[in-house]
Amino acid sequence: MGSLALSGVFMALLGIALAGVIAFANRRLYVFEDPRIEQVEELLPKSNCGACGTAGCRNFAEKVVAGEIQPAQCTVNAPSQIVVIAELLGVDTGSVEKRVARLACAGARHVAYLRARYAGHDSCRAAHVVSGGGKACAWGCLGLADCANVCTFDAIHMDAHGLPVVDADKCSACNDCVEVCPKGLFSLEPVSRKLWVACKNLADGDTAEKSCEVACTACGKCVMDSGPGVMKLENNLAVVDYARNEKTDRKAIERCPTGAIVWFDNPNFSIKGAEAKRILRQNELPVISA
Amino acid sequence: MKLLSYFRGEAFQRGVHPPGCKHTAEAPIRRLPFAPRLTVPLSQHIGKPSRPIVRVGEEVLRGQPIAEADGWLSVPQHAPATGVVEAIELRPSARGSWAESIVIRVYEASTQEVLWGAPQDIDAFPPQDIVLAVQRTGMVGLGGAAFPSHAKLTVPQGAKVETLVVNGCECEPYLTCDHRLMVERAADLMAGIRYAMRATGAGRAIVGVEDNKPEAAETLRRVLPPQGDIFVEKVPTKYPQGSEKMLITALFGVEVPSGKLPLSLGMVVNNVGTLAALGKLLPVGQGLIERVVTITGPGVARPGNYLVPLGTPLSFVLDYAGAQTQARQVILGGPMMGQAVASLDVPVTKGVSGVLVFRGEDMAGREGRKTYPCIKCGECVESCPMGLNPSMLGMLAARREYDLMGSQYHLGDCFECGCCTYTCPSNIPLVQQFRVAKQILREKAAA
Repeated sequence: MGSLALSGVFMALLGIALAGVIAFANRRLYVFEDPRIEQVEELLPKSNCGACGTAGCRNFAEKVVAGEIQPAQCTVNAPSQIVVIAELLGVDTGSVEKRVARLACAGARHVAYLRARYAGHDSCRAAHVVSGGGKACAWGCLGLADCANVCTFDAIHMDAHGLPVVDADKCSACNDCVEVCPKGLFSLEPVSRKLWVACKNLADGDTAEKSCEVACTACGKCVMDSGPGVMKLENNLAVVDYARNEKTDRKAIERCPTGAIVWFDNPNFSIKGAEAKRILRQNELPVISA
Repeated sequence: MKLLSYFRGEAFQRGVHPPGCKHTAEAPIRRLPFAPRLTVPLSQHIGKPSRPIVRVGEEVLRGQPIAEADGWLSVPQHAPATGVVEAIELRPSARGSWAESIVIRVYEASTQEVLWGAPQDIDAFPPQDIVLAVQRTGMVGLGGAAFPSHAKLTVPQGAKVETLVVNGCECEPYLTCDHRLMVERAADLMAGIRYAMRATGAGRAIVGVEDNKPEAAETLRRVLPPQGDIFVEKVPTKYPQGSEKMLITALFGVEVPSGKLPLSLGMVVNNVGTLAALGKLLPVGQGLIERVVTITGPGVARPGNYLVPLGTPLSFVLDYAGAQTQARQVILGGPMMGQAVASLDVPVTKGVSGVLVFRGEDMAGREGRKTYPCIKCGECVESCPMGLNPSMLGMLAARREYDLMGSQYHLGDCFECGCCTYTCPSNIPLVQQFRVAKQILREKAAA
């Protein structure tokens, strides 16, 4: 027999032997997996955002099928898809209150003063490392769009004055913007929380107002106008106690002199009180030295 | 001299040669007067912030402790001038975030005399008492890192220190404060070295001085003690020679293993400024209330080396040194690793070695430069003293692959010297990205 034929026979035998091993392994090492996991995963958005608290869409599907989590915990999914999943598994859809990312700052370029101009690497994180960025308010939004860049769902865009605006319909509450913001200005809030303090400045009132026209000056009017225990002043900042969220009232914002406290009538649109100063300026504020 | 055969006198690998710009090398150290208000931050060091022990309205004497150490990795603070505590509140800090600080309104009659102190016989102290005495001075690494000195001089159980390495390199351009200290306060430095040797149990001390400061090395050699256990060695001028790992490589030809401290080689590295201050403060039992700061740059009319009371606001410092009105950028520290400040209310703290002022025309063409894509020229790899691959790290940073940077590409070894950004022909902000990445990894590790 020529070596050519021999090698052919050898390869054939080897192939048969290995096929046998595979066939054996396929039978003996078979693990049953619920086919519904695959089906549920097909119905999920597959963005792996982690907003539901699991490690990803596959993990979520496994947990839904196992009954550990309800289909509606996936806040990204369309309501119709959630119903399909619930019907497929014969479970309750469950209900989760929609949460959206909210920015605790209103200090856009036309209302907040600068103390220096930052000219480095174009990122909030990098600017924050350099002496906190150039803003006069050390707590305020730097406006370099790290949050808009990190958002998977295109739910954040920068407005004309360099402040991020959240599209509540697109926001899936995935937490990415909360993590990326070096000033920690974003938080995920249930849409039922309508009273909102859009400021994090801890300096005293005069200093705060010198650095930003829409800062909370801790004047305390909102605390007086809201129900008992609903709001309080803490470290020169008005704070809402959301444990008493159902007692919050639009009255609280009406006398706010700077408009730092707002009311979210619908999740996409906030309104300021009647006595808040009107900002007509469109231009950027200058660099101040004090 | 069998010992000296250790010394190779060769530079570490890679690094860069920025222009020296040491214009103030001949300027003797001069005192800065007291500012009307001094702001002493409670956190001027790495570790836990100090706890204030004075109340608002209380009168304090120059040198009096006003805050105590909160735990082991913390140091006390002392009043830099006689006056009255006006407030204990949040004030701007160089890091950007506001920090709890003690504001002292200085009495106009406050003199330079230090009114607080308890002379002590350090030579009779056992090593652990010297370490405690160091903590009482509030001393931190004056080279810029501001790590508490007593923690650095503490030798953990089982470890043994053979050599005290004294860092007199001052490799950053512009800065000359350590240079002047070596020339003008050689005796203090020798005393400080002796205390540090006793505290650590080191048998010898080696002062590494870059060869662009020959008169500093010669001054030190003239005051060497007769015991012959302190040596002065010249090392080649190269950035970042002043990094402790690079200095050890230049002096001994050995490399500090990745992720380890010089202690693993039986060495402790201290800055000349720190030891000179210890040599002066320990015998008289006083606290650290002032430090030498190089104030220079094209935007300053009277550049020089000033003895600045801690807590002096930058605006006062710049007025005194004659900063011109078109001054545009102010940097604390050296130009390579220093930090630009956003507010002139920021005070001079223990870790500030220099204040550099640049005008608009100095910055023209350097700000807002366009960043081009990486052309894989390898300049950054050639320059990285730690032997990392900044090009690869930069690409990963752009993709936010921070975990990969830490686990596969040794981001933790980067000490942010900035050589990669300095050499990059595409203007890629490499070290800036690494700073962000390291910060995020630290946050993740803490969470």
